[in-house]
Amino acid sequence: MTEGFSLPILSLIIFIPIVAAVILLFMNPQQRDLIRGISIAAAAAVLALSAAVYFGYNGQVEALEAEQARLLEEGGDAPATAMFERGLAFEEKVPWVESLGISYHLGVDGLSAPMVLLTGMVAVAGVLISWNIQDRIREFMAFFMLLVAGVYGVFVAIDLFVLFFFYELAIFPMYLLIATWGWVQLREYAAMKLTLYILIGSVIALVGVIAMYFVAGQFFTDNPNLLPEGARAYSFDMTQIMFAAEQGAFNVPYVGEITFSQVWFPFIFIGFAVLAGVFPFHNWSPDGHVAAPTAVSMIHAGVLMKLGAYAALRVGVQLLPEGAEVHLPWIVFLTLINVVYGAFIAFRQRDFKYVIGFSSVSHMGLVSMGWATMNLTGMTGAGLQMFSHGAMTALFFGCVGMVYDRAHTRDIPSLGGFIKKMPWVGFAFIVGGLTSMGMPGLSGFIAEFPIFQGMWQASENITLQIGSFTLSNYYSILVILAALGIVITAAYVLRVTSQVFFGEFDAEKYPEVGDIAITDRVILILLGAPLIIIGVYPSIMAPMIQSGLRPVLAMLGVGG
Amino acid sequence: VFVEQFNFLQSLPSIAPEVGLTIMAIVVLALDLSLPESQRRNIAIVSFIGLAALAITPLWWGPPSAEGQLMWGGMIRHDALSQIFKVMILLAGAITCLMSIGVKGIGRKGEFYLIVIVSTLGGTLMASAADLIMVFLALETVSIPLYILAAFKRDDMKSSESGMKYFLFGSFASAILLYGLSLIYGYTGQTNIYQIAEYLGSVDFANNPVPVLGAMVFILVGFGFKISAAPFHFWTPDVYEGAPTPVTAFVSVASKAASFALLVRFFVAVFPFDLSIGGQEIQGFWVQLVAVLAVVSMTLGNVLALSQRNIKRLLAYSSIAQAGYTLIGVAAIQSQTSQGVAAVGFYMFMYTFTNLLAFAAIILFSEATGSETIADLAGLSRRNPWLALAMTVGLLSLAGIPPAAGFFGKFYLFQAAVEADLTWLAIVGVLNSIVALYYYLVVIKVMYVDRSEDEDKPIPLPSAYAWVLGITTIAVLILGTFGAQVIFDWAALGATALFS
Repeated sequence: MTEGFSLPILSLIIFIPIVAAVILLFMNPQQRDLIRGISIAAAAAVLALSAAVYFGYNGQVEALEAEQARLLEEGGDAPATAMFERGLAFEEKVPWVESLGISYHLGVDGLSAPMVLLTGMVAVAGVLISWNIQDRIREFMAFFMLLVAGVYGVFVAIDLFVLFFFYELAIFPMYLLIATWGWVQLREYAAMKLTLYILIGSVIALVGVIAMYFVAGQFFTDNPNLLPEGARAYSFDMTQIMFAAEQGAFNVPYVGEITFSQVWFPFIFIGFAVLAGVFPFHNWSPDGHVAAPTAVSMIHAGVLMKLGAYAALRVGVQLLPEGAEVHLPWIVFLTLINVVYGAFIAFRQRDFKYVIGFSSVSHMGLVSMGWATMNLTGMTGAGLQMFSHGAMTALFFGCVGMVYDRAHTRDIPSLGGFIKKMPWVGFAFIVGGLTSMGMPGLSGFIAEFPIFQGMWQASENITLQIGSFTLSNYYSILVILAALGIVITAAYVLRVTSQVFFGEFDAEKYPEVGDIAITDRVILILLGAPLIIIGVYPSIMAPMIQSGLRPVLAMLGVGG
Repeated sequence: VFVEQFNFLQSLPSIAPEVGLTIMAIVVLALDLSLPESQRRNIAIVSFIGLAALAITPLWWGPPSAEGQLMWGGMIRHDALSQIFKVMILLAGAITCLMSIGVKGIGRKGEFYLIVIVSTLGGTLMASAADLIMVFLALETVSIPLYILAAFKRDDMKSSESGMKYFLFGSFASAILLYGLSLIYGYTGQTNIYQIAEYLGSVDFANNPVPVLGAMVFILVGFGFKISAAPFHFWTPDVYEGAPTPVTAFVSVASKAASFALLVRFFVAVFPFDLSIGGQEIQGFWVQLVAVLAVVSMTLGNVLALSQRNIKRLLAYSSIAQAGYTLIGVAAIQSQTSQGVAAVGFYMFMYTFTNLLAFAAIILFSEATGSETIADLAGLSRRNPWLALAMTVGLLSLAGIPPAAGFFGKFYLFQAAVEADLTWLAIVGVLNSIVALYYYLVVIKVMYVDRSEDEDKPIPLPSAYAWVLGITTIAVLILGTFGAQVIFDWAALGATALFS
């Protein structure tokens, strides 16, 4: 699908922020306007490029669908890999460390394109909301740009080494942003906790990926006739490892009788899912979100958590489908705890920002739950939820930040009546709130409904073997419990809305509260509009996500 | 084993850096005598340029060759492995000289540079030593100057103490190593390390492997001291803390790199992977021994580093841990195709620049403020943002976070471990790197987050240090991105040279 695009658009998306960061670091810290100008120009440029990627891809989804159906029909050696390769667009491939089979291979497919767009949106919103940072704005913007570059890198990486490179690259600026510009009372503790949690998960996954590299390489060395022409047996390229996986390279006994895929899947999936806040490793997330400065909360809850869910699917489910079939039926319990427990805790919070922090845990549980359905309906819902929740949470944190900047407190009971002074923020928060409780007509409904539907569908096929005892049809029970999470979500959203935005406004207590600046309005529109657009017109995204999921499903043996 | 017919002109390239270093030493001595006190600062610059220029000489006579040649009657082995290590040791010496320029009590003393050059000479010899005599001579040529350097600040109690400690522990370790070497000589009657292996594997050798294993353990203990691997690390924190900082930097990179070069060459040559004595696979034994050393060093170094308050002590414990990571690569040498040696070569190359970067930043800081405690780094990003940024890059590289070179370095090591079926060792390694990340991040946090009363007092950045920081930072970043392949392939070539 690269015809007509000779511009290395994905590299530009990664390197514009990096170059901007370097330029910023060399600037005079007194030139605040210029610093802001460069940052917003870089963010706007990557957003424009991201939109070009998204809509460029979206225009070809229909043709792709037909192609994928044909490839699946034809069968052949590896239909899933063929479907995946066919779906890649804007590809770039340059050898990096040839002797180890590492190449700088970028590309987007139906799953990553929405994430690329989301990252662009949140990047612009993040720069705008940090407009008035006083302390060392030069460093703040430079590190923020590096963070954006790292996040982009993960979403567009097709080579697993590149994926890890950018994954780890994103961690350091995030630490520094939270620790330096975060909420004084919590920032150091929260930043460290968050960094260590995320890194532990990812480095264990890294060892797993290195093991995959050797097993796949050995497989190709033993079966040279299967190796694509001109390729190295040992390679970190996702397409090649997927090819090996589809040929059964990972279904060989590894530890005793247990296959490689079954041994490594939980480590890789949960290792990445730590970043998506999977229970019991969600603990970093509320603290991290609360401690972070608003821009970082937005990018963190909005994009980085998706990065975990995305990588868990990409590396875990897509490359180790056999392990997924064995392990996801119990991992689904963890996701249920996420959904319900997260919502309960959110309900109990007094701190405005903690409510949103725990709601993220709850909503990201739905994404992992969607992956665990292992069928098209549920996974499409999860894919939509990634985008929807990203925009929604970024919007929430934006609103919280705007309220906090003016009221200097986040204690819910002491706030009230803010919609009179800040109608834009109030309205945006209500849109976000309705999205999060799954109101039809907004993107939350479009995302959550298929997840629940997918759970029902999955209920018939998925069983869990515990010793000699077989648990079957339990997905349908889980989904009923998960629906409870939605009810609680509605409860806390309504509670927060009524207490913060309605009721009496105390003008003496909050003299500084007034309406928001034009930059803030841009943020609210930028993040709020997609929630409504996808809500009323889901086919702008759903078919695209489905096209990205079909290869994964083909790997799982479910078909399109 | 084929020893070249002696031909003076053909043999010369193999010791070109050593010849150059000897000349340099004489030049520096002459300059020290002839220059007036006010101009002695220039000796540092002369030494820097001279050593940096010498770093090209290993490559001067053609590209690195994979096929090794024994030269000078079998004393020296000229191959790609010795080349890469010589280059990094010479660069380490060069940068050490430049970073000493502004240190009080050192910068203007010609003899300091003289001793650094002599120690560098020993390091380059270690990288190519192929004979037991040469091994020991080279080791002592590195070490004895370092004992002097550690105690260079005569009036400073800590410096004298560190010199004394280093000397006592060092000579003890040398004695143990020498005992091991003499045992090996006694069993085989050979001094050339390549001939020893041949004899050990032949039918002439007695069938009991235990004495050989004993000698091996002695030798490993000696090397373990030199690379500051636990449990032979006791000297490290005190010497690192007490010695003048440029010396600490030099000890932590040049001496360590040279010792690793010798370690891999010696063990692969004397106890190759196909060697079995009395039906006993010898290699399995030392691989397990090294794996245990690696685990102990990593864990101990990282855990003890957590509680340090002095930045040099912190880096001392971190250097113990880094030795542990590097030993993972040594343990992964299990076959000719293994990436273990290449990973060690790359790791040491990037570690040289990384550690020099970190120490250069510390020198600049402590010369300006007189303090070496971590807490005093508070507000550094406001006092000199460049210094803070450079230090951050160095610490991130030590922690293994991209785009700094440490990420590639650790990646290669863990990859080699997984390849050699030592997945458990790789897991221990990655978990340790998390512990390590904690204390590196704490330092970064102090520089960026913590406030201090002095933060409106900027720290000046003299041009010599701007060069040191600039060169090392850019080297670390390039090695972590575009340059990784070039150096790794070079190291891999060196690795094959080891087996041919």
